[in-house]
Amino acid sequence: MSGADRVEDLLRELAPQVLGTLVRRYGQFDLCEDAVQEALLAAAVQWPQAGVPEQPRAWLVTVASRRMTDQVRAEGARRRREETVAARSPADALVAPGADADLRPEADDTLTLLFLCCHPALTPASQVALTLRAVGGLTTAQVAVAFLVPEATMAQRISRAKQTIKAAGARFAPPPPEERPDRLRVVLQVLYLIFNEGYAASSGPDLQRAELTTEAIRLARELHRLLPDDGEVAGLLALMLLTDARRPARTLPDGSLVPLAEQDRSRWDAAAIAEGVALVTASLARAPVGPYQVQAAIAAVHDEAARAADTDWPQILVLYELLERLAPSPVVTLNHAVALAMVRGPLAGLDLLATLDDDGRLAGHHRLDAVRAHLLELAGDPTAARERYRAAARRTTSLPEQRYLEGRAARLDP
Amino acid sequence: MKYVVLIYSNPAAWSALPAGEADRVLQVHNDLIDELTGSGELLNIYRLAHAGNARTVALRDGVPVVTDGPFGESKEVLASLWEIDVERLDRALAIAGVLTPHATVEVRALMDAAGMEM
Repeated sequence: MSGADRVEDLLRELAPQVLGTLVRRYGQFDLCEDAVQEALLAAAVQWPQAGVPEQPRAWLVTVASRRMTDQVRAEGARRRREETVAARSPADALVAPGADADLRPEADDTLTLLFLCCHPALTPASQVALTLRAVGGLTTAQVAVAFLVPEATMAQRISRAKQTIKAAGARFAPPPPEERPDRLRVVLQVLYLIFNEGYAASSGPDLQRAELTTEAIRLARELHRLLPDDGEVAGLLALMLLTDARRPARTLPDGSLVPLAEQDRSRWDAAAIAEGVALVTASLARAPVGPYQVQAAIAAVHDEAARAADTDWPQILVLYELLERLAPSPVVTLNHAVALAMVRGPLAGLDLLATLDDDGRLAGHHRLDAVRAHLLELAGDPTAARERYRAAARRTTSLPEQRYLEGRAARLDP
Repeated sequence: MKYVVLIYSNPAAWSALPAGEADRVLQVHNDLIDELTGSGELLNIYRLAHAGNARTVALRDGVPVVTDGPFGESKEVLASLWEIDVERLDRALAIAGVLTPHATVEVRALMDAAGMEM
């Protein structure tokens, strides 16, 4: 690991702590977040050359506080000009606070920040962007590259997100107990969204986007450290580890996708699988079961099969039946149909898929066509299967999926 | 989801609009640009030069040959192209709807280099 990489890891770890310290000291989450971002950028430039300061956290707090003071002064000056009255200026009170005055580690700051950045008033895209910057310590430029949008656009989204949070009257405090389960569910959704963005990235120019999986796992790990008894937090972390373990085998060097059944399982990450299995096993034993734990359990059954043919499909079918009860959705039904086909035959799977035809939510979605094509192929109807693969290929907006689906269709050409 | 919104209009019909109408339509466009910039949904906007300046390049006997045109005075031609990033298709269609006065608007999804194995 290079010096710059070490500095980057340290900055990401310190970012939410420094931001928490500033917000507790000054309030004004939006301005503090900008000030911390500037301090992080300054450190990213200076530390690799000048060396990491003895007290990196205090250094960041001091630099960010100075930025904060400048901003408050500038804001005060602007108001004085505009209002031509002596502005109430809190600036003097903010000059040079003792850097170590409130540096005691506040484990809950990271959690409070996560709740704030995943505020329900925000769109998922804004929740993701703000979480990556304020909690993850990524720069606006890094977030922009990961989502393939111009940096100015991403800066605008983050700034708008902070305004929205402010307008919603949110404070830097944990949500009230009655809101907490719902708010935590949103946090988990946001982390899973970040993970999936990175996981879907294939090779080549997408590699920076792929780092989002690492970041999502890091944040989920931190959340699990803060809430060790929450089964769904453990379940999400396990699900990420068990899914990411297959990443080395899921694409070929040219970026084409390899379906689960055809992956070279010797390339799966055995350590990540062991950690994921241990996490999900422990959480299922002691916490009330939730959808992330069940999805992690399904991933674990796949990951523990040495060969695709060894997969314990009856076990996976039972888990999908449970998932349908806990968190029904058309996508769950789609995967349930595959499991059903593997246990009771392709016709049983096709029957279950037929129930989705009247469900508007998946109508015209390429995955419905892709799964139907696969089951029709298993059922020995290559003509119909080919037609469904082609329909799926037309509907997907993913280039590697399109290539995969067209390849499947071409294999069935008479 | 990233989409391009393609705006086709007829230059002759556009020139023949009553006084103030073109300004009114442009104001609608500018207000929309402000809104989409503020929300972080607008990624890029390309305004195309007059179609009378277009050149067409095509192979003839295995050699690329350049011809003038196609001229668009009497038919709808591509006038501008907006690249947007929105939560859902509905939102892209609502944006397109605002741009429909004196234009035909096409919404196309952009392909992504990422994908999920099946």
